[in-house]
Amino acid sequence: MKLKKECIAMLLAGGQGSRLGVLTKDIAKPAVPFGGKYRIIDFPLSNCVNSGIDTVGVLTQYMPLDLNTYIGNGGPWDLDRNFGGAAILPPYMHGKVGEWYKGTANAIYQNIQFIENYDPEYVVVLSGDHIYKMDYNKMLEYHKANEAACTIAVLNVTLAEASRFGIMNTDENNHIYEFEEKPKHPKSTKASMGIYVFTWSKLKKYLVEDEANPKSENDFGKNIIPAMLGAGETLMAYEFDDYWKDVGTIESLWEANMELLGEDSPIKLNDPDWRIYSRNPNQQPHYIAAGAEVRNSIITEGAEIRGKVGHSVIFHGVYVGKDAVVEDSVILPNAVIEDGAVVRYSIVAQDAVIEKGAVVGAPKEECEPGAIAVIGENIKVEAGASVAPGVMAGENVRKEADQS
Amino acid sequence: MKSTLGIIFTYKYEEDLKTLTQLRSIASIPFGGRYRIIDFILSSMVNSGITKIGMITRTNYSSLMDHVGSGKEWDLARKKDGLYILPPFSNPASVNYATNFRGRMEALANITNFIRRSSEEYVLMTDADMITNMTFDDMLAQHIEKNADITLLYKKGNFTNESYSQFCFLSLDEDEKVTDVTINPAMDRNNLSVGTLIIRKSLLESLIQQCSSHNLYGFRRDVLQAHLHDLKIYGYECRNYFNIITSIASYFDSNMELLNDDVRRDLFIDNNSIFTKIRDEVPTEYRNDSVVSNSLIADGCLIEGTVENSIIFRGVHVRKGAIVQNSILMQDTEIQSGSQINYVIADKDVVIRQNRKLFGYQKFPTVLSKGSLV
Repeated sequence: MKLKKECIAMLLAGGQGSRLGVLTKDIAKPAVPFGGKYRIIDFPLSNCVNSGIDTVGVLTQYMPLDLNTYIGNGGPWDLDRNFGGAAILPPYMHGKVGEWYKGTANAIYQNIQFIENYDPEYVVVLSGDHIYKMDYNKMLEYHKANEAACTIAVLNVTLAEASRFGIMNTDENNHIYEFEEKPKHPKSTKASMGIYVFTWSKLKKYLVEDEANPKSENDFGKNIIPAMLGAGETLMAYEFDDYWKDVGTIESLWEANMELLGEDSPIKLNDPDWRIYSRNPNQQPHYIAAGAEVRNSIITEGAEIRGKVGHSVIFHGVYVGKDAVVEDSVILPNAVIEDGAVVRYSIVAQDAVIEKGAVVGAPKEECEPGAIAVIGENIKVEAGASVAPGVMAGENVRKEADQS
Repeated sequence: MKSTLGIIFTYKYEEDLKTLTQLRSIASIPFGGRYRIIDFILSSMVNSGITKIGMITRTNYSSLMDHVGSGKEWDLARKKDGLYILPPFSNPASVNYATNFRGRMEALANITNFIRRSSEEYVLMTDADMITNMTFDDMLAQHIEKNADITLLYKKGNFTNESYSQFCFLSLDEDEKVTDVTINPAMDRNNLSVGTLIIRKSLLESLIQQCSSHNLYGFRRDVLQAHLHDLKIYGYECRNYFNIITSIASYFDSNMELLNDDVRRDLFIDNNSIFTKIRDEVPTEYRNDSVVSNSLIADGCLIEGTVENSIIFRGVHVRKGAIVQNSILMQDTEIQSGSQINYVIADKDVVIRQNRKLFGYQKFPTVLSKGSLV
């Protein structure tokens, strides 16, 4: 019996995410924890499964170990399949040579063989650094209905924001006639979300041609899309008008976490029809002690709260000691906020320890917008030390070194 | 302990837990916010390195099957060995055809093929009514060292409560050798035999054969008491945290003990993991008016009201103005605004409508059966 898949997904997860600084020192951006019990990559992976796409190639390059372990055989996302499922695709040697993924298009080019195993009609190309819920199947239907070579998901942004994005200029039928990367004077507000549906036979042709061009940067936005436009292929913009957030900066990552809080959260996570799956660390229910205060926050299993938590996102295994205060902050897995420590307007990474009486950040109202203090993975802020707003701590912080 | 086969009896005398066992066996009663009782013994066995476990079921076991599934969450979905569900089996040729087995030895006689085909040297048999996180390596080591025929796990304490009326008590000499086995004695209720034991597989098989050919079916009467003097029966004291669920009151107390820091550390933090079925819930959300104190709360809840001294399972919704005290709320319970509950055990999917007041008493918590609407 000949097996094939109509549509498979390729997830670009090799990015460093250098703007996230200490948070991506040891892990790739898609592996950054998000929203109490998830990692960023859970969103595109869950979207795939919920959209009926059961074959996902995950392209890794930068600091892949944690991500590889996390994805494993894809079981938590129901991606452990007989034919298809999740596959980790690192760069590899072929013949006597081998090279790193030079660009997004080259990463797919190097895995043509993987894709052809499934003999797909269509390939969805995704990136692993956005928070959103989207039915790729609807986009695929739209792609098919328009007999397009490529369909690009777009979001309507404000004209002011438009110069930060790749902008699609379209006619009234959403046919793309021009693509501009970060235009100074945008003609349209349709920003690319980095989500592409390609007709595989077309994409393959352009990938091969692009690879043969030594001047190319092997990038979808810079090379492949312009080449397709130049050749007169049908490119469609698929409009998306729900929540979508690029979490590429500390501020946007913090914001996206905070947007999960409260009644009018723009992204409803508790959605039985569109569950976001994650690898479960299997910890006991969280414990809120007598004398603790918890307001307007989300907290997950394994946490223990003895102090005051307000408007914050608390991951599994986090400990907040007696009389400690956590406000407007994101506390990543297994971080410890000892008794009497104060953490405000901050992101505290995995396994960091904020010792007794230490102070991280300042009340949000008193900080410059975006001046979020960040404590790196495994970093210790010693007793009585303080970390000023906006400071990124990649090394242990001692009391005497405190200049703020 | 790869050389040990695990057998779990998932049912028990369940009369005293009636409301909670109407639809399920004792093994699958929800416990501790996100677990089922069987998770504790199953995880303890897996954490001891046991890789082949048979679960003997009797009645109402669909809830249990739904919970354990293929055994994947306990790492028991294996090509070789893993988890076996052993439902009741009736031999048409038997005099007891179409009736359920009468006792443990008869239940074991039903699974002789399973036991015979296992290559393990020892068998660890246990009930599924205990809350503990232990490993059995030391118990097996003692069993081998003393060259025992049977080693019984026991807990020291003062078990005068009548809810232990279905249990065995042991008398031991200074070498831990069992000198007497009594069922529900009037006095001397200090060494509680908790229903867990290690036996050589070949000995177990011959005992099953003997019992079956003499129409004997009780393990305690027909094996332990009958062979007290010709088998070397030893005790092994369990020093870990240990609790047995015997009644609604003990179920309630046992849950509430999880609010004790030491108990929580012993069960969940300092020892191996307790595994359970994953539900992929979202983190629990607290709103501006939530007041929470001394409570254990699982994922997927929305807490808008007040929760004190309580165990809250996955997916519970406590609405604004609702007050929950000293209660156990199982999966997907909803407490609507203005309601107040105290000393209540709400089974899954219970809804307490607005402005209801419901009070139990510590020794007699009010139990609401699954899906009740108050």
